[in-house]
Amino acid sequence: MQEINWTALIVFVVLFVFITWLGFAAARWRRGDLDQLHEWGLGGRRFGTLITWFLVGGDLYTAYTFIAVPALAFGAGAVAFFAVPYTILIYPILFLVFPRLWYVCNKHNYITPADFVRGRFGNRWLALAIAVTGLVATLPYIALQLVGLQVVIGALGVTSTGYSGDVPLVIAFVILAAFTYSSGLRAPASIAVVKDTLIYITAFAAVIVAPIQLGGFGKIFAAIPAQKVLLAIPPAHSTGAYSAYVTLAIGSALALFLYPHSMTGILSASSGHAIRRNAAMLPAYSFMLGLLALLGFFAIAAGVGALPEFAGGFKQFGTNFAVPALILHIFPAWFVGVAFAAIGIGALVPAAIMSIGAANLYTRNIHREFINKNPTDKEEAQTAKWVSLVVKFGALLFIIFAPTQYAIQLQLLGGIWIIQTLPAIMLGVFTRWFNDWALLIGWAVGTVAGTAMALSTNLSPTYTIVLGGYTFPGYAAFFTVVLNLVIAVVLTPVFNGLRSGVAPLDATAAVDYRA
Amino acid sequence: MNERRNPDTGWSWWYLLFLIQLAAVVWPAFYNKIEPTFIGIPFFYWYQLLCVIIGAVLTAIVYFAVAHAPRSG
Repeated sequence: MQEINWTALIVFVVLFVFITWLGFAAARWRRGDLDQLHEWGLGGRRFGTLITWFLVGGDLYTAYTFIAVPALAFGAGAVAFFAVPYTILIYPILFLVFPRLWYVCNKHNYITPADFVRGRFGNRWLALAIAVTGLVATLPYIALQLVGLQVVIGALGVTSTGYSGDVPLVIAFVILAAFTYSSGLRAPASIAVVKDTLIYITAFAAVIVAPIQLGGFGKIFAAIPAQKVLLAIPPAHSTGAYSAYVTLAIGSALALFLYPHSMTGILSASSGHAIRRNAAMLPAYSFMLGLLALLGFFAIAAGVGALPEFAGGFKQFGTNFAVPALILHIFPAWFVGVAFAAIGIGALVPAAIMSIGAANLYTRNIHREFINKNPTDKEEAQTAKWVSLVVKFGALLFIIFAPTQYAIQLQLLGGIWIIQTLPAIMLGVFTRWFNDWALLIGWAVGTVAGTAMALSTNLSPTYTIVLGGYTFPGYAAFFTVVLNLVIAVVLTPVFNGLRSGVAPLDATAAVDYRA
Repeated sequence: MNERRNPDTGWSWWYLLFLIQLAAVVWPAFYNKIEPTFIGIPFFYWYQLLCVIIGAVLTAIVYFAVAHAPRSG
């Protein structure tokens, strides 16, 4: 491993100290009573278009994304670009579905997606399923943010053997936990502005500097092995890499806004219009993510994989080291500090929002529903603050004591699980037609089938369906959410028949879904 | 408020514009090729980046056509 890069490390630490101060100072920003859950956990629903843009952008495009997408390009090639159609498809969904969800949640003071499902369908078990799915899918995601942080800390040269090597990671996480506890969602919202600014600067600098140093895009792509530049042409009687690519994009897009942390970011907007405006403005991040994916190719063309000074990093972090190695290779030390701080802070923002989203879920949909049914506002906010701490330290312990691969595999399963909440949430926003028990059974079958598919392929995201001599490889989340929907549609009339004459429960009215 | 949507369903025909961005990326066979390149970047990559921009423009058009309401925050 290389020696400590002092210039980069000092820039990195200075930026971290700055955002720490910002995180604590954020408690006084747009001041509200932090003893109320919607103030602590949703920033009082007061973020306008611009802050929502930074917050949701900072939330969805995580440090792990910035490390893992180029790493996939570096290792596997063109398939990594599925992230681009994926992020193209999320914005129509954001535009059409989420303003309605925002209005109904604002009207009824719903904090979580499970709150909405509870009100809409009047079934506490369905709401519990939604809440537990959200919690289980979020925890490995928080752990993955730590992987991003770990990689840049390692790349700064701060390493030592054994558990003492994790000290910087622990410090970063204590800071994160403390400001999230004291400032709630205001902390990541204010830090997101700094983080996204740094990330944009880094991405554009890399996309300009690397091609100049490497002799232009023509030379870069000429250096990429041919089988990595394009998707493999599908063999006869198979949709091959094409269906895998498209279902990965569609499935990931459908799953994204179902994650509790996405929902937390969206519900904190000040109006449904702020959300619609963001659907048009957020693609700036998609464009940047596309550029960042190219960094994986730059790393191949720069030959960082063969340079002796990076051998230790690749050995420890695998292809996830491709981007840090490229940054170290092409930038002066002070800018390496800026770029690594961008990634490091980029881990803290989503980790904070995820822990808040998970805390809101536990507090509202498990604690209040099943343990303490009439908490005061203060008790409710206090429970959430404690849970946000527990969740983060759980993730920290997981990363320190379990192999990184577990977090990655669990996050993959998390995507398959979270998408099963789609019928109740995304379709529930439009219609009360579905029967709640039919939705619950659909969710259960989708979850079990998706898990089985993932296990049968040794936790690779694509599963191959064979039908009459044709094979259709695709994302397991996509296949199983279709199955889930079919079951919900078929069983709804059955259950309604059993319960005929009883009007379905619904705490919401059609007018609640509009401005 | 000037909302050109069906007040009962919230539907607007402008939403069909979203199908364009879906159609543009849903068929990889169409864009899985090297040529034509743009400043040395294979078609596969610059086409999808272009789709991001087209998608943003279409979303903005839908926003101004459908939800052009007084600024409320």
